[in-house]
Amino acid sequence: MSALSRRAVLALPPAMGAAAARAQGAPPAAAPSVLTEVQSAESFAAAERAILAGRVPVEGGIALEVPPLSENGNSVELSVAAESPMTAEDHVTAIHVLSEKNPFPRVATFHLTPRSGRAEVSTRVRLATSQTLVALAETSRGTVHRVGRNVIVILGACVETG
Amino acid sequence: MRTVPITARITMPASARKGEVVTVRVLVRHPMERAANAPGVAPTPRRILHAFRVTYGGEEVFRMDLSPGVTANPYVEFTTVATESGTLVFEWHEDGGAIYRREARLDVA
Repeated sequence: MSALSRRAVLALPPAMGAAAARAQGAPPAAAPSVLTEVQSAESFAAAERAILAGRVPVEGGIALEVPPLSENGNSVELSVAAESPMTAEDHVTAIHVLSEKNPFPRVATFHLTPRSGRAEVSTRVRLATSQTLVALAETSRGTVHRVGRNVIVILGACVETG
Repeated sequence: MRTVPITARITMPASARKGEVVTVRVLVRHPMERAANAPGVAPTPRRILHAFRVTYGGEEVFRMDLSPGVTANPYVEFTTVATESGTLVFEWHEDGGAIYRREARLDVA
């Protein structure tokens, strides 16, 4: 085994992590393709900014349901419900789930239409560690609703179990 | 492009009234392998289902972008309005270009 664990390298800021990897003799990563990326080049803040695209989010009108404490980060139930009449003029077009401390801040995006009937989705996610989760709902009117939740994760999904 | 069946459990009513909002729950069997590149480990590319698309009567009614942050055996629950009797086609797009497909019928009275 090498002196640096995977976790130690991942805990470093991206630039330092890459430098540490080089010091270990790994070839310098030349713009990794999306398929070999172990960590997104996009930060949580940058992902949120990109989705907002200059719009100011409204707190409220959206609910993010997630257990405040999860024993196991490998599978955390999560549901998002936005208040919307879901008509052709006024409906939720997309729901984004962002994670503050996962290797990939954009966990999932759901694209909805008036045919969805309700702006409600559920899924199960992996969480690396205790952190803030953010859900954003974009509407056809151009507004964005935002909600944040702090979650505690006892055993993160990045503990390699396969 | 290859289209292959996949093990999935699709839970939804077989019939609904016109205009009713139908809840669809989908659980699919897939490892959602994350990319690995660490000292002492052979680098492996990721292999996840990166997109999930549902059409109803040929029109897209739901789409989801997935990341390595979605669990193995991805589960998703969404709703759709019962408009007409027809087939819902569920399509998963895997890294590497494989597309998996399943169908379910909804009768609307």
